[in-house]
Amino acid sequence: MGLHDMAGTKRPNRLFRNLNAKIAAIPMILTALVVFVGGSLWTVLYSFTGSKLLPKKLFQWDELFAIPMPEWLVSDGALNFDIPVGFVRRSYVGLDQYERLWSTNRWVISIENLFIYGIATLTFSLVIGFLLAVLLDQKIRFENTFRTILLYPFALSFIVTGLVWQWILNPEFGIQNMVRGLGFENFVFDPLYNPDIVIFGILIAGLWQGTGLIMCLMLAGLRGIDQEIWKAARIDGIPTWKTYIFIVIPMMRPVFITTLVIIASGIVRVYDLVVAQTGGGPGIASEVPAKYVYDYMFQNQNLGQGFAASTMMLLTVAVVVVPWAYLEFGGKRRG
Amino acid sequence: MKKLATLTAAAALLGASAAQAVELEVTHWWTSGGEAAAVAEFAKAFDATGNKWVDGAIAGSGGVARPIMISRITGGDPMGATQFNHGRQAEELVEAGLMRDLTDIATAEGWKDVVHPSSLLDSCTLDGKIYCVPVNIHSWQWIWLSNAAYAEAGVAVPTNWDEFVAAAPALEAKGIIPLAMGQQSWQTSGAFNVLMVALAGKDVFMQVYGDHDADVAAGADVARVFEAADDARAMSAKSTVQDWNQATNLVITGKAGGQIMGDWAQGEFQVAGQVAGEDYTCLPGLGVNEIISTGGDAFYFPVLSDAEKSEAQGLLASLMLSPEVQVNFNLKKGSLPVRGDVDLAAANDCMKKGLAILADGNVIPDPNQLMSPDSLGQINDLFVEFFNDTSITAADAQARFAGIVGSAD
Repeated sequence: MGLHDMAGTKRPNRLFRNLNAKIAAIPMILTALVVFVGGSLWTVLYSFTGSKLLPKKLFQWDELFAIPMPEWLVSDGALNFDIPVGFVRRSYVGLDQYERLWSTNRWVISIENLFIYGIATLTFSLVIGFLLAVLLDQKIRFENTFRTILLYPFALSFIVTGLVWQWILNPEFGIQNMVRGLGFENFVFDPLYNPDIVIFGILIAGLWQGTGLIMCLMLAGLRGIDQEIWKAARIDGIPTWKTYIFIVIPMMRPVFITTLVIIASGIVRVYDLVVAQTGGGPGIASEVPAKYVYDYMFQNQNLGQGFAASTMMLLTVAVVVVPWAYLEFGGKRRG
Repeated sequence: MKKLATLTAAAALLGASAAQAVELEVTHWWTSGGEAAAVAEFAKAFDATGNKWVDGAIAGSGGVARPIMISRITGGDPMGATQFNHGRQAEELVEAGLMRDLTDIATAEGWKDVVHPSSLLDSCTLDGKIYCVPVNIHSWQWIWLSNAAYAEAGVAVPTNWDEFVAAAPALEAKGIIPLAMGQQSWQTSGAFNVLMVALAGKDVFMQVYGDHDADVAAGADVARVFEAADDARAMSAKSTVQDWNQATNLVITGKAGGQIMGDWAQGEFQVAGQVAGEDYTCLPGLGVNEIISTGGDAFYFPVLSDAEKSEAQGLLASLMLSPEVQVNFNLKKGSLPVRGDVDLAAANDCMKKGLAILADGNVIPDPNQLMSPDSLGQINDLFVEFFNDTSITAADAQARFAGIVGSAD
């Protein structure tokens, strides 16, 4: 590959290869640039302003022209490209929004919750999803039926999932009441009403909803493994569990990476589940960053604070994704 | 030929009626039974003028509805009129020139002389121009007590806050929750503000919320209020309901002794068929300082390009403040009218107590009129945390409260 690349210096520029396809993709590229990159940059820029209900104007053109020009500049007719002081309005507040953000208890709790929820979701949905896929892969009867049942929760929205689990975990109607009805009078199970473990109550609902999809992805990955490999392993006398861990899983690397991206994006944007299950309570024990952003932007009429919080969320994603993308894609090209 | 003439006539008729009946969409978040009945009074009066009220009720609460309203106005799809609370919720929309100036109507009809207290009209005023119509007054400073609960516990119904705190152990011995409290953030901070007005007085309240004085907020007067809030936290520990009306229902059914809640709670007692004085007792200002705040609702009219609709807006604005509509609306809503010159003979005992306090001028502005939604949101967050987490001491919470007050805008 490396040799071939070096020999290819005389070939036409890579930019012009497949020109038609690239032209056809221009609208898509523009949309992506404007919506994703443009929108993100706009958000980051305005997070340095004191915007309240409406975004503050960053530049005030009439102020620019109202600045008295020095005599020599006017008489010379020379153009000065330095930005005059009055040009940038007082709407710019520097890092104030970020300082306030990180000194707010609610934000710190939100980040902690996201961290716990994230780690637990990642671990449990991968492990449970993979185990379920392995079980389904044992050439069992009614595989289609089981697969459908396990995937079914994924067809529900987070709001419905949240409501259902709010009822199930409600001590007066749900599991606690049922077990007490069986005679265990002192049984206590009210995760949504206990600030210390409320985030795990949300985790249960999240796993119930999302694990089916992970299982399906894993199952597809398992089916992609060549049967010859299984036969070879069996001939060599390698136990099944060892075959899974040391041969099959490494071969499923692309599937794992896709799954990881899907799970991770679901973690960062968790919002509706919390709103439906606890509304952030009890107190502020189950707040999450996305809810902080929404509440500050729309209820407390403080866009600047909301933008600062969403910029931190973007940064969190970038910290995880950029090094990974670099290793995954950047490394290969040079090698 | 005759057919054609008929057709033309019909078309002309259609055109004429379309020109007369202007459809005006009005958005609000009044969706409970009593609220819907009250808003129907507005609709009836407006339809009687030959125009058409298009009801744009948004379910949920103000917190859900306001973002929708604001994004419609800023997004270029304004409604004919919209509800906001008295105060600063629409301030930036007015500054951005998105709201219609009602000064000409207000001057012609002399709103300055009829609106009482005048602070309500001040909240509508920016740079000397009037941008909204206040329609009612709701006050927060009430505690609602269940006579049945106290009878069961064998103690007299309290007449003030100290007696209420003293009676708590007797209620708890009977398995009754002394203080019902919904777990939504606005309810906890609202109850705290009521305690502040009742126990520390009007001046302290105004220094904290009006002048944003952090020293007063950190001082001894407010420290006493935080201790009372600590008591309230202990008394409401077993109250795990979410919505305010669920908490009110605990009082109605005698499962809780009392609830600190605004006068809108009255509607729930009425729906349950309870009578003030017999089944429940109301204490304005917690029986200590009989002062009520003058929050409530006002209607704003976004700038519209259609001349006919603009005219209809003006009509609706003056209609909402007319004496007859004020009486009909407020009787259904359970709130107090914004005009001092109307007769409310049909009002119940608690409403009459409120009217008397209002007539004496013992009023304070609502926090919504004094602080931005941003600062109030932070205070909400603080109190919902305080009431749910017993590891936060009253002193810790007060220090954080003073910090928010100091940086408030």
